Amino acid sequence: MRKLMKNVSHLVLPISVMVLLIIINLVKGADYFTITMINGALYGNIPNILFGASELVILSIGMTLVTAASRGQDISIGESATISSAVFVWFVLRSGEATPVTIIVGFLLSCVVGLGLGAFNGILVSIFKVQPMVASLILFTGGRSIAFMIDGKLSPILANDISNRIGTVIPGIPIQTPVILTVVFIALFAVLLKTTTLRLYVETVGINPNAARLNGINPKKVIFLTFLIMGFCSAVAGFIAVNKAGRHDSVNLLKNIMMDAILAVAIGGNSLGGGTFSITGSIIGAYTIEMLNRTLLRLEIEPAMIKVFKAIFIVILMVVASPVVRDFIKKVLDRNRTRKEE
Amino acid sequence: MLSETILEMKDISKSFPGVKALDGVDFKLREGEIHALMGENGAGKSTLIKVITGVYEKDAGLITLHGKPIHFRSPQEAQNNGIGTVYQEIMLCPNLTVAENMFIGRSHTPIVNWKEMNEKAARLLDSLGIPASPIQELSTCSIAVQQMIAIARAVDMDCRILILDEPTSSLDEDEVQKLFELMRALKAQGVGIIFITHFLEQVYEISDRITVLRNGKLIGEYKTSSLPQIELISKMLGSELEDISTIRKHEPVASDAGIPVFEAVGLSSAAGVRPFDFTIHKGEVNGFAGLLGSGRSESVRAIFAADKVTGGEVRIHGKRVKIKTPLHAIKHGIGYLPEDRKGDGIIEDLSVRDNIILTLQVLKGLFKPFSLKEAEKFAEEYIKKLNIKTPTSNTPIRSLSGGNQQKVILARWLLTNLEYLILDEPTRGIDVGTKVEIQKLVIRLASGGMSLTFISSEIDEMLRTCSRLIVMKDREIVGELRGTDLTENDVMHMIAQGGKS
Repeated sequence: MRKLMKNVSHLVLPISVMVLLIIINLVKGADYFTITMINGALYGNIPNILFGASELVILSIGMTLVTAASRGQDISIGESATISSAVFVWFVLRSGEATPVTIIVGFLLSCVVGLGLGAFNGILVSIFKVQPMVASLILFTGGRSIAFMIDGKLSPILANDISNRIGTVIPGIPIQTPVILTVVFIALFAVLLKTTTLRLYVETVGINPNAARLNGINPKKVIFLTFLIMGFCSAVAGFIAVNKAGRHDSVNLLKNIMMDAILAVAIGGNSLGGGTFSITGSIIGAYTIEMLNRTLLRLEIEPAMIKVFKAIFIVILMVVASPVVRDFIKKVLDRNRTRKEE
Repeated sequence: MLSETILEMKDISKSFPGVKALDGVDFKLREGEIHALMGENGAGKSTLIKVITGVYEKDAGLITLHGKPIHFRSPQEAQNNGIGTVYQEIMLCPNLTVAENMFIGRSHTPIVNWKEMNEKAARLLDSLGIPASPIQELSTCSIAVQQMIAIARAVDMDCRILILDEPTSSLDEDEVQKLFELMRALKAQGVGIIFITHFLEQVYEISDRITVLRNGKLIGEYKTSSLPQIELISKMLGSELEDISTIRKHEPVASDAGIPVFEAVGLSSAAGVRPFDFTIHKGEVNGFAGLLGSGRSESVRAIFAADKVTGGEVRIHGKRVKIKTPLHAIKHGIGYLPEDRKGDGIIEDLSVRDNIILTLQVLKGLFKPFSLKEAEKFAEEYIKKLNIKTPTSNTPIRSLSGGNQQKVILARWLLTNLEYLILDEPTRGIDVGTKVEIQKLVIRLASGGMSLTFISSEIDEMLRTCSRLIVMKDREIVGELRGTDLTENDVMHMIAQGGKS
């Protein structure tokens, strides 16, 4: 019970934002939760959010770990995803006809590339002590050109049945495939955190690397490991994104998604300065961001204005969640309590 | 003697949710007086200071300054009224010059007259006898001088009251003396000084009066000359007093006999300690004595491989082993409680439970996490064993007092079932009650067969616990003292003579 309370207190912010967005949506139209069945698959506002947020959720998980251990952020995740998915597309197209085997081998190959890109950032940060943001700036800058070189041309088309099914739905299953993949991915991480001491190591390194070392933990290895995991997350996100799109647009694929991923980590109640972390918070944060995007669309705000509204919303959110306001509210509550006692 | 009252506090109370931090406390500060404020951690010293300086708002009571009632809402306001405060950690900017540090944020014009500022700083430094140049970068000054510059900054603005909150905890003996000279100079100018410290010797050396607080209540105000040390301790501890003199060092059972638990030959590290030899036997307690900076911490850090080991051979139970990282040392049953509790010891934001199981968990490995139930069992066991005062095992360690944090780190090591434990200044900056507990624990562990190295800046603590003292000076071992009838003088003598005696 105590543990439950502790977990919940972290999630007050993302959950209350979500509730607020739901209320706004319900005021706009009571049909918000309506789900319809089209061609044997579920469609509606909620399924769309789950579908749309898949890549962001996966990337937010990796970003949470990187942030917690290295006290910095990886800004090259969209580019890493673009490079690794370019390798996937290259392999599938090169193999001629797409079969389950070529798709799986292509996916595994892209995962290896993703791990390699993560290792690149990880070595710069852990061994050469480059600031995470600066280290990942390298891939951020050059990543899309590398992906273009792998593609060999602009936007190669990935037109095959299997990709179509991975990116949308598998006939007979009512839930969209990316949603299922995301759930599997989350479960994988739940198992990872449950069966290893990763959380304790990452948090210890993020809070006090000196003390971690004196207690037998190698901070370099732990930081490297989080970047490796981040690379894996990027590969999976790229795989989903490219199958959704049906073509590999090296210029726009998952462009600027690191901003949303960092935001998801922050909304999830995590400190961007590292230390203790909540992956549940980041996941809810990622879905909240997608919900916000779609809410603004639903409110029929002019597309050109959407970003302005998003920015305003985020500013308000961050101010409300800031320590200054939190302490103020606490102070007021305490004062009321002591007054009552008197 | 000047004896006009500057600051008078009457019947001050301050509550926090669930705690009465101050309960009807009176305090009086006279002109030209050094007044020590004493009490264990949690006695209310800091709260009282924060009420004076306007960090906290008092719930009840009256504060008068020069007979006029005052009510400060911010530290800035207190400072403008002549109350300067210097804290334990130096809160200056190391990359600015001395003069900049003294006057930064003081000017009301956007344009700085550098020449005037530097001249003013030079005058002030000179008048206080601080050996620093105004144009020197602060980081090039020693810690003691930086501390003095912080004081100079505080006294500059026509200061009548100076509050020093543990200014000496990171200074060595020489530096403390320099600081005391400065305090005496200010005293002669009529400044009233409130002095907080954990070092009893210093209180007796410098203070005129002592006010003792316990559990937020005033115990009394005394003239230092008429309050014997043992009585002061008993007033601070209250009924919990156990005469420290009852701690007796155990007689080493098998010292020097048989194969040593740990043995090093020609050990040296990147931290710059000269190659040294060291042995410790089963059940032995020894210590490194010497002034701060003599190399005692560097030596034990070399044993634990906390700094990069650059040479030497290490044997455990006579067998040659390689200890290149702390993890190797831990695997060979060596534990190390670091000097800097906050920087190297605690994992601030993690719970007491996670802090206790940390090292054992590392030994067990990445793929074998303890279940919450197991971890809870370990934590509860040691919270009870070491009498750690924490609301729950789930409380973040940062909200515990210094003494209890130290006990958590002790628990962390004891849980790993080690053979040899190194304690570097385990009693620094913690309350007297816990100091006594830790010394007793050291002796109890040694009787149980553990080998320990105990380092403390307070030599009498080492004399009580260690059967052998290794004396260091200038990063070199200059001699060794053993026997049960050693006195502080013997140690001082050896340090002074540099082992030539």
